[in-house]
Amino acid sequence: MNASALILMIAVQLVVVVFTVYFFYRVLVSKPKPEPDSYIENDDVER
Amino acid sequence: MSTNTEAWGSRVGLVLAMAGNAVGFGNFLRFPVQAVQNGGGAFIIPYLVSFLLLGLPLLMIEWASGRFGGQFGHHSTPFIMGSMDKRWIWKYVGVFGIFSNIAIAAYYCYIESWTISYIFHSLFGTFNGMDQLEVAGFFSNYLDVTTSTTGIPYEALIFFVLCLALNTWILSRGLSGGVEKVAKIGVPMLIIFGIFLAYRGITLKAGHEGAINNGTEGLNFLWTPDYSSLANPKVWLAAAGQIFFTLSVGMGSIQCYASYLKKRDDIALNAMSAGWMNEFVEIVLGSAVIIPISIGYLGIDRVVELTGIGGLGLGFRTMPFLFEQWGPILSAIAGVSFFGLLFFAGITSSLAMGTPGMGFLMDEFNWSRSRAAFAFGAVILLLGLPTIFFFNEGVFDEYDYWAGTVSLVVFALLEAILFSWVFGLKKGWREITEGADIKIPLAYRFIIKYITPVVLILVFTGALIRPVNDDWSNLNPREWEFHNESIIGQLQHKGIGPNKTWFADAFYAEADGKIDSVFVLREKHYIRVTRVGPAGESVSRDYRFNPEKHKLSLGPDDEVRTGEVLYNGMIVNRIFYIDMARLLLVSLFLFISLLVFIAWRKRTLEGRTN
Repeated sequence: MNASALILMIAVQLVVVVFTVYFFYRVLVSKPKPEPDSYIENDDVER
Repeated sequence: MSTNTEAWGSRVGLVLAMAGNAVGFGNFLRFPVQAVQNGGGAFIIPYLVSFLLLGLPLLMIEWASGRFGGQFGHHSTPFIMGSMDKRWIWKYVGVFGIFSNIAIAAYYCYIESWTISYIFHSLFGTFNGMDQLEVAGFFSNYLDVTTSTTGIPYEALIFFVLCLALNTWILSRGLSGGVEKVAKIGVPMLIIFGIFLAYRGITLKAGHEGAINNGTEGLNFLWTPDYSSLANPKVWLAAAGQIFFTLSVGMGSIQCYASYLKKRDDIALNAMSAGWMNEFVEIVLGSAVIIPISIGYLGIDRVVELTGIGGLGLGFRTMPFLFEQWGPILSAIAGVSFFGLLFFAGITSSLAMGTPGMGFLMDEFNWSRSRAAFAFGAVILLLGLPTIFFFNEGVFDEYDYWAGTVSLVVFALLEAILFSWVFGLKKGWREITEGADIKIPLAYRFIIKYITPVVLILVFTGALIRPVNDDWSNLNPREWEFHNESIIGQLQHKGIGPNKTWFADAFYAEADGKIDSVFVLREKHYIRVTRVGPAGESVSRDYRFNPEKHKLSLGPDDEVRTGEVLYNGMIVNRIFYIDMARLLLVSLFLFISLLVFIAWRKRTLEGRTN
């Protein structure tokens, strides 16, 4: 691969991967809102 | 009271369902082709700018509008938009949010059914031993529904019905019991399949397994930036268009999914997570599969030629042949991975297309979930049949153009205006930030109010008056000639050629050339007209005719000019099917509008004002 293609590809893909992982991680670790919330699977879980 | 008691099971499930809604065939088949045709690596610049100025704002608008309407028990755009402004017009603008989903699902489920069929054929080794022309021919045969090369009569129709039955069944299981479960399996599976194929693509070595180039040649070709292309408005319009299709904005399905959220629950972080997940699949995986593999085996010139027929052609006409080079076992695994990936990308989107119409029927007419799902399946079957039987006559393309392209832009423009200027950005911003688990940059207030609507107006205007050859340099209106694919060009039937009437007693040649041969293929008769192309290459065009009904007026080796009679007899021209498809789409829109009117009257009589 030529340098400009390689730099552009790595830079763009790195940005995309970082944002994707960061936002999904935040979704996973965010505290649930007090009941009644929108999700039924956690209805019996004590907060 | 509405019978609609749907709810999401978990937050991760919702984000995956939203990401699955966004991730579709376009991530793997459309994006790389668009990039190749629009400046290679430089395409990513307008693409990311469009993502930030158009994609993310529209995601926020649609998530916020959906959650707002959901507070009043609305789960489809006519009444979600009606709850944002009481003027009657918005309910009918909202019809786009049901119409697009149904019309797109009609042809989308058909493509989805191809993937099921191709998984089946990959597993059973149908493509083993076929050369490239035979694999391409297999796809053409498949689309010609009356012919079967596999022994299964009406195979395309059978797989379509199977696919539709599967969608209907999952939808009848509800959001948490059906859609969400499929997303939790489908999204990780498509990422795993994508990583496997990307690895195989990138590690291809010239001289091994029949490859003529390294896989990295493909990446090099795709990512080498041609910065001069950035001065061409065509590239910016293509990038904005790609963002539209890839995020599934302007459809109404995001609003529907978000309408099942409670007021205090986050939408900002969810929207970001789902949006970026789609970008990961598109930019990281989508760019590393079909282009590296196809350039590895076919070379750059051949792939450039093949991208001219679009990503679908490349995916279904070419990829099975390329996988064959990996030997019977690995080719079966690769085929299942590639078409499995497309299947999961497709089904998570088609399920999202089912939910707005179902939500409307459950909210307004108290239909049960199963009944609403069955109605969706029946309507899609009815609307899908013309795309199957008259695929080659252009019905599929008409659905894609009007419902899958133009409607999305029109609806997105109108919803952006409603949200920012009618509902008001002050209230709108409150909706976006209410319960947010992340802080949205304040710059987005300005972007949502001013930039996004302006960009949408530019995109719409670009589509409306797109000039021939995409030459935007000559702005003299008197010399402006519309592109065949511009909205005005389409309405004028530009590019339809000399066969301009629905019915005729003569069929006219649509291009110059010499009659190469008159031949029979799978019991169908064709006239092949060949001419020399601009680069000295032979360009052939096959016209189908029926010797029992048509009489040839020219024979082999005769020169033929555009507009000259090729054969006489009773002829139904392509334009008839095109106009009927448009009529069908308009009828569908009017029918949904009528249902919205009936629902509104019902609400008024019952004293339900919201």
